Amino acid sequence: MTQSSETSRPPLTAAQPAESALPAWLEPRVLARRWTAIGLFLLAWELSPRLGLINPSYVAPFSEVALRLVTGLASGELIKHLFASLSRSVTGFAMALGFGLPLGFALGWFQKFERFADPLIQFIRQVPALALLPLFIMLLGVGELSKVVIIFYGAQWAIQLNTVSGVKNVDPLLIKLARSLGLSRLDLFAKIILPAALPTIFTGLRLSATRAILIIVAVEMMGGKAGIGYVLRNSEYNYDIVTMYAAIMLLALLGLSTNYLLVALENHFTGWKPEPTR
Amino acid sequence: MSLIRAESVRKTYRAKKRFGSGAKQDTLALENVNIEVRAGEILTIVGPSGCGKSTFLDIVAGLVEYDGGDIFLEDKKIEGPGLDRGVVFQGYALIPWKNVLDNVAFGLEAQGIPKEERQAIARRYINLVGLNNFEDRTPHELSGGMKQRVAIARALAFDPKVLLMDEPFAAVDEQTRERLQFELLRIVRETKKTVLFITHSIDEAVLLGDRVAVMTYRPGTIKATIDVGFSRSEDKRSTSIRSSREFSEIRELVSHHLKSEIDKAHAAEQAR
Repeated sequence: MTQSSETSRPPLTAAQPAESALPAWLEPRVLARRWTAIGLFLLAWELSPRLGLINPSYVAPFSEVALRLVTGLASGELIKHLFASLSRSVTGFAMALGFGLPLGFALGWFQKFERFADPLIQFIRQVPALALLPLFIMLLGVGELSKVVIIFYGAQWAIQLNTVSGVKNVDPLLIKLARSLGLSRLDLFAKIILPAALPTIFTGLRLSATRAILIIVAVEMMGGKAGIGYVLRNSEYNYDIVTMYAAIMLLALLGLSTNYLLVALENHFTGWKPEPTR
Repeated sequence: MSLIRAESVRKTYRAKKRFGSGAKQDTLALENVNIEVRAGEILTIVGPSGCGKSTFLDIVAGLVEYDGGDIFLEDKKIEGPGLDRGVVFQGYALIPWKNVLDNVAFGLEAQGIPKEERQAIARRYINLVGLNNFEDRTPHELSGGMKQRVAIARALAFDPKVLLMDEPFAAVDEQTRERLQFELLRIVRETKKTVLFITHSIDEAVLLGDRVAVMTYRPGTIKATIDVGFSRSEDKRSTSIRSSREFSEIRELVSHHLKSEIDKAHAAEQAR
């Protein structure tokens, strides 16, 4: 930092000088603040069944679940199911991107097109994705295709709608500036509209990633021979409570890491925002 | 020699027709606007808010279409935006994800000038507006006054024939405004640019303008053009100019022309 007289950037906290070489998130105080609630929750989870506060046949202690998760992953059994779910989600998500982004840009940019299409879109949007599963199975069979397509269908809404609002809410003054500089329509899109809409679009990506995971679990629970949803249903049928909880935990971890990945991407591309969204 | 010439310019805003809202009147924003901006001068247009002075600037910038009369820039009819005019907006219009250097270079980028070259040019203008050490900053790290300097540098960087400034200092605080006004006079002297400057402040109009045009309230038209006697020289840069007799005389004259227009604007506000 060279000069700070006229800037509005708050000064960096000068509390930790060179003596501590730890990165900020490994500072004991930060660690304590971030992990206390989780620690207490895990402790309660561990102790409640062991002390008989909860019936152990309904809730397995955390340590057993964690152990099952680790051995399941190590043996490759859970990895196989995780991979099955992931490849469906990722394929559906990619299709949602390929469809929702261009459609969102078109709807946001061409007012007449939006006025024409909006009533239909609002109507279709009210149909819950899972309600269409029977239809998709009928049309596309019980295999992979119907599963991927329903994820695509459910996940593209958030992308599409956020892209529309991102494009519509670009600061009109920036568009005026671009026009005054004689930017071509393509340049206007690439240099102003797209970067300005990016933060809103990323919010849509995060929402739709969450949606993709939710739908895949539901679909796999309803039918299928692989995937985390299948593990969940199967362990419930076999009364394998520990595995059931392990699958639930795996889902939570999957959701968490997906979100972190997208937040990291978002901060990389939209780091100019004064306060990155979480 | 006139650089910009407006002849009988008229602009009407059509009322949007909606079902059930009854017949709405079209608004005549500008009528019979005749004015010329001479090469090398600062022409200020002062008028009450809502008089259409910003609309006029947008028309000269080629951003808004007009439905009567003609506007020429060096005998070429203005029919759209172009880099022969550099616009400075009141709201700065800085691109938030670009740093100061790339913001200033943006007009050159639009022209397709290679990166090295446009950054070199941008640096010259960043120096001119006194922001040498702030090249890497993003707009949200800058104060309002600094943002407007960046916007001025950007408008100058592609070397337009005229600067079009739309109430550029209206959003900054008093002290900053005063500094920016003197800075602008210095920059104009150094670059020998012609400036069309819109403001609602009489003080600003008289301080900056070689000539001051007074615009009427709706429909906007040019009521009077007043020559500012004292020249744009060193003495105008001194802060004491505001308390000089010539200044207050011209100020009075502009104020006299403007008063009835401001009253009309108030009455229209009340009626709404």
